[in-house]
Amino acid sequence: MAEGTLRRTPLFEEHRALGARLVPFAGWEMPVQYEGIKAEHEAVRERAGLFDVSHMGEVTFTGPQAEEAVQRLVTRDVSRLSPGQAGYAAVCYEDGGTVDDVLVYRTPDGFLVVVNAANREGDVSYFLEHTEDLDVEVKDESDDWALLALQGPEAASILGRFTETDLSSLGYYRYEVGEVGGRYALISRTGYTGEDGFELYVRPDKAPAIWKDLVGAGATPTGLGARDTLRLEAGMCLYGNELDAETTPLEAGIGFAVHLEKPVEFVGQEALRREKEEGLRKKLVGFEVEGRGIARHGHEVASGGEVVGEVTSGTLSPTLNRAIGLALVEPDVEDSFKVVIRGKAVAARAVGLPFYKRAR
Amino acid sequence: MSVPGELQYTKTHEWVRIEGETATVGITEHAQDELGDVVFVELPESGRTLDAGEAFGAVESVKAVSDLYAPLPGEVVEVNESLGDNPEKINEDPYGEGWILKLRVSGEADLLSAEDYENFLKETE
Repeated sequence: MAEGTLRRTPLFEEHRALGARLVPFAGWEMPVQYEGIKAEHEAVRERAGLFDVSHMGEVTFTGPQAEEAVQRLVTRDVSRLSPGQAGYAAVCYEDGGTVDDVLVYRTPDGFLVVVNAANREGDVSYFLEHTEDLDVEVKDESDDWALLALQGPEAASILGRFTETDLSSLGYYRYEVGEVGGRYALISRTGYTGEDGFELYVRPDKAPAIWKDLVGAGATPTGLGARDTLRLEAGMCLYGNELDAETTPLEAGIGFAVHLEKPVEFVGQEALRREKEEGLRKKLVGFEVEGRGIARHGHEVASGGEVVGEVTSGTLSPTLNRAIGLALVEPDVEDSFKVVIRGKAVAARAVGLPFYKRAR
Repeated sequence: MSVPGELQYTKTHEWVRIEGETATVGITEHAQDELGDVVFVELPESGRTLDAGEAFGAVESVKAVSDLYAPLPGEVVEVNESLGDNPEKINEDPYGEGWILKLRVSGEADLLSAEDYENFLKETE
């Protein structure tokens, strides 16, 4: 995409003023790093980091059949979400391949579905196409929201200085509507880093003031580079890497978000039920590289001289200082295999996920 | 970005310091800045013979991989083993402790002067 057509978030000028390295990402001009990925990663693990993720899309479902519409579209049983609760889910094709992975919030008048930036337009078409016969209004509200993620062990104490909302009683995957510095915010205890933290859905024109408040209170501006290393250490999937049209949520290891017995049939349910009965065609494994080198997205996984899979994400883990990765491999692959790093087969070993778990 | 006047450069962002028949090679301050935090350096074996422009290794940051190319033909006589434990030296001191290897030069190649390299950086910005 030509640079002139890239979208900018309401925080673009903040990023520029902070000297961020701005790169094209999913059609947006986004900060990949400010001071450096390692320092930002460490800030989130040890203190608090602040991310601009306003490129994410927000789609609302309202009307008498809003619940039926969302039930039909996502793998999670959203009838079990109580008001003020959020749940992670996948959206599937009829064949079980993944359209997107999303966060679903039950709102007072329906649902808010948060989608990946790269999939936004496609998702909205898909949602409309599959709910035509229902009495539901599906609305892309992405341009009405900015999204900030405040993540890390000090996130609650920093946010607490700016809000009346009782954060100590706000549970994981719960949200409340409140204010941050006197400005409207949907305060959600969710994140993509493996740390405690919040995602703040705010009005675009108020986002810069909230950003400055939180940075002023000690949150470290953190770019998409560290967001990726943080989520990978936490063993979380990234659409386009672990999840895509060729990969089902069961294969990608997010079966916890797939409720095969839910009361309303969802698109892809039959295919997923069949795959579960017949056995997975491939599976997601976490691994550590034992030899020298760093595995990267697209590298082959080999065992006994055969190609048995592909690395979906890989990096040097800043927290563990080891080369880690996720791979989609044939279901019977043993725990010891090779990763082909620039032509060289390097020993790797499957390890349990997540790579990093915070102390509670 | 610093571009020391006494060094020569390549369009693939290596620098070369020629002393007698030995050439010390590293990556430029611009290159390390583009890469970000360097976390791994793949070095060749001593004794390997390289042609000018031949890929001999790679520098990896958290996010990116960048191949390294020989600026001149020659035999690898020494590699900077300390980068194994301290790859961040490439970020901290790209023209000093972050050197990558030394070649016994066996021929010539087109290299850029500091001024040419600075102009090249401006053109490609």
